[in-house]
Amino acid sequence: MQNTLSNSVLSSRRDFLKKMAAAAAMTAAATMFPGIIFAAEQEKNIPNAANLDWKKGPCRFCGVGCGILVGVENGKAVAVKGDPNSSVNKGLLCVKGYHQTMCIQAKDRLTHALVKKNGTYVKTPINEALDLVASKMKETIESHGKDAVAMYTSGQSTIPEGYIASKLMKGAIGTNNLDCNARLCMASAVTGFLTTFGADEPMGCYEDIDHADYFITWGNNMAEMHPVLFSRMLEQKSRRGAKIIDFATRTTRSSTASDRSILFEPQTDLAVANAICYEIVNNGWVDKYFVENHCNFSKGLTNIGYGLEDNFSFTDKPEKIDFAAYKEFLEDYTPEKVAKYSRVSVKDIKYLAAIYGDPNKKVVSYWCMGMNQHTRGTWINNLVYNIHLLTGKISKPGNGPFSLTGQPSACGTAREVGTFTHKLPKGVVTNEENRKLAAKIWKVPVERIPSKPTYHATEMFRAVDRGDIKFIWTQATNPLVSLPKTSRYRPAMQKDSCFVVVSDVFPTPTSDVADVILPASWHIEKSGLYGNSERRTQYWDKMVEGPGETTPDAWMFIEVARRMGYGDLFPYSKENHVEEIFNEYRQFHEGAKHGMAPLEVLKKESGAIWPYVDGKSTQWRFNEEFDPACKKGSGFDFYGKPDGRAVIWQRPYEPAPEVPDKEYPFWLDTGRVIEHWHTGSMTRRIPVLNQAMPHAYVEFHPDDAKALEIRNGELIKVTSRRGSCVLPASINERGLPTKGQVFVPFFDENMMINDVTLDAFCPISKEPDFKKCAVKVEKA
Amino acid sequence: MPIKSYLAHPYDGKKDDLVIALSQISKCDVIPAENNDVLIIVTETDTLKEDEQLKETIEAIDSLKLLAMVSGFDTPKNN
Repeated sequence: MQNTLSNSVLSSRRDFLKKMAAAAAMTAAATMFPGIIFAAEQEKNIPNAANLDWKKGPCRFCGVGCGILVGVENGKAVAVKGDPNSSVNKGLLCVKGYHQTMCIQAKDRLTHALVKKNGTYVKTPINEALDLVASKMKETIESHGKDAVAMYTSGQSTIPEGYIASKLMKGAIGTNNLDCNARLCMASAVTGFLTTFGADEPMGCYEDIDHADYFITWGNNMAEMHPVLFSRMLEQKSRRGAKIIDFATRTTRSSTASDRSILFEPQTDLAVANAICYEIVNNGWVDKYFVENHCNFSKGLTNIGYGLEDNFSFTDKPEKIDFAAYKEFLEDYTPEKVAKYSRVSVKDIKYLAAIYGDPNKKVVSYWCMGMNQHTRGTWINNLVYNIHLLTGKISKPGNGPFSLTGQPSACGTAREVGTFTHKLPKGVVTNEENRKLAAKIWKVPVERIPSKPTYHATEMFRAVDRGDIKFIWTQATNPLVSLPKTSRYRPAMQKDSCFVVVSDVFPTPTSDVADVILPASWHIEKSGLYGNSERRTQYWDKMVEGPGETTPDAWMFIEVARRMGYGDLFPYSKENHVEEIFNEYRQFHEGAKHGMAPLEVLKKESGAIWPYVDGKSTQWRFNEEFDPACKKGSGFDFYGKPDGRAVIWQRPYEPAPEVPDKEYPFWLDTGRVIEHWHTGSMTRRIPVLNQAMPHAYVEFHPDDAKALEIRNGELIKVTSRRGSCVLPASINERGLPTKGQVFVPFFDENMMINDVTLDAFCPISKEPDFKKCAVKVEKA
Repeated sequence: MPIKSYLAHPYDGKKDDLVIALSQISKCDVIPAENNDVLIIVTETDTLKEDEQLKETIEAIDSLKLLAMVSGFDTPKNN
């Protein structure tokens, strides 16, 4: 008997190892061939495939917004496949997408509310926990004022969750203390769009991939971060001969799959972008008709600081200039001058400029964190728009600048609903008309909505540290792993001066410091809507029941609002609250410029792109041919600006706030890997992914490793002026940093690289720069 | 008992040939990609020597351009 049992255990262990071996190979294949499908293997373990009920929705992870089909059997999600009807991914998925539902059943799933009593977490009925949250919030407001409470939400919050958070904080309580983790990833894209076009979000769509001759990626490792889109680009490369040019500070899987890889010194993308414009202007490649009829020229303040001080404040002062002044400004950015400090050769600068300048070639520029997480993030966004505006390569199929997002609803929730301190579902708190509209739809007195923004993400946690914020509620985010300089903000959140509530699906380093932990429903355990990078809104129905007392975040917000006495503003039903909230929210965007598809359309289709006008998605905004909101006869109408003209900005190169020196001689760049999503709280609970990438590492250039006598796998201490982190060395493995630079992925809560990073940010967008600070390295 | 996984890259136009050749080898599972010219191979053998022989057999297939090992495990022999 004993022997039979042992045999059985060994046999099942071998089966398990075989599956692991196959999964590891699938993961490796996915990094080389994004979007690769192993249908036979993926369907092999699906029980009684014929009986599965396939339910459609968007993927839980990145901002691409792939359509997924979840196979449900007996109330359990047992399989995931790409939705062939989704125009986003056309049936493809990446390795994270295929395995996403495997985390739901993790053994340490948060299934009940936990309340800290005498230093110990005690399992507590959800209603009792929500009573405590409401009473603490109310008590804090009564004792310290409404600006003593704050909420920090997420680009993973659904549209209804973000909307209810905004309505509760701004409309009911009357504070602008609401911000979200999207501040850390795409705030610079927002301020870039607003300053140049007066309207947020890309003008084009993913169909641009099918038309472009060139894809130029700016600091963007799409093969690992947006693998399905990269796969679509590779398909066009092999089918039509489209070219991919990778412009980055590190050689990655994207670089090796590209036609050309061009490396630059960190921060000098500003100078190279201006050098490209210099070439366009001086070689007569400007689309004069387009520029004369659709553009203005402006300059802003310079030497604008880095936000390193608490309560830092900055307001730009735009000033109109003319083309001659702009041309003179560009004289400082000849390829020859820029090549000296950017480490990009004159030849490569001219090569990039010639691509953009060729009137017969269609070009799409893609970027994500490399340009956004930048102390001059708004500026570099402006500068890439300049290139497209000067050449008229914008708002046309296959031509346009396109900022990608990292979270599934960074656009739909954070940007469109507006879960930022300065935002409202339509417009900004500083605009009286926008406040009036919000007050009308929310049925609150307009005076209740404050007209002044308060804390952006970094400043919000500084305020917790200072003791100014005494109650904070985080939802669907893990700031104590994802914020820069966590060495300051972790002790801040542990202080008794602030009551911390964390809503999440799994325990994290953030929930470890909470006074109350609320068990949230995961993605498919609730209904919801996300909005992806191409302005596509996608709806899904609840697919499975969540365990224990897990509850949708929107419903927890509503329950707390009611307990605080705001019940009349939150009259939604538990069964239909998602539908009721979305229908209320849609009123904010009525009209040809941002109209959203009705729910009945979203339930039927795999998403719709706004502006949704007369039953049709608008794929290319600002172009009269495609966008019904444009003035008739205008050709192009950048209607976000009162005069319909986009702005070409004069923005200089300015150095990073902290650069390598004798004591800290290396640049530190941080980022992501294909196997893990952001702080890893979900993907590290998916065995296949966790085994493929079990821990973080520090990447070296082989010459640096040799000079320091560092071997692969050796433990290395990475230290900055703020903190240190010990990780194994990685040489010639996943990526290859330039000499003088090290790279560390941030997904691993056991190797906290954000203890080392710097909390400097772009003074306009307030988005921190996770890509550049100075460190030293030594054997641990 | 070694268990290993590999990525196998066929010569242009030879993917189907490679799948057929691999399918005829025992202790060797094949998972072809649907939309790319690459296959996953998972091998399970009793000894290291047998593992090496199997690898040599695979490498001798004409339609195989490149064989890259991804992971390897060793599990105790089943008594």
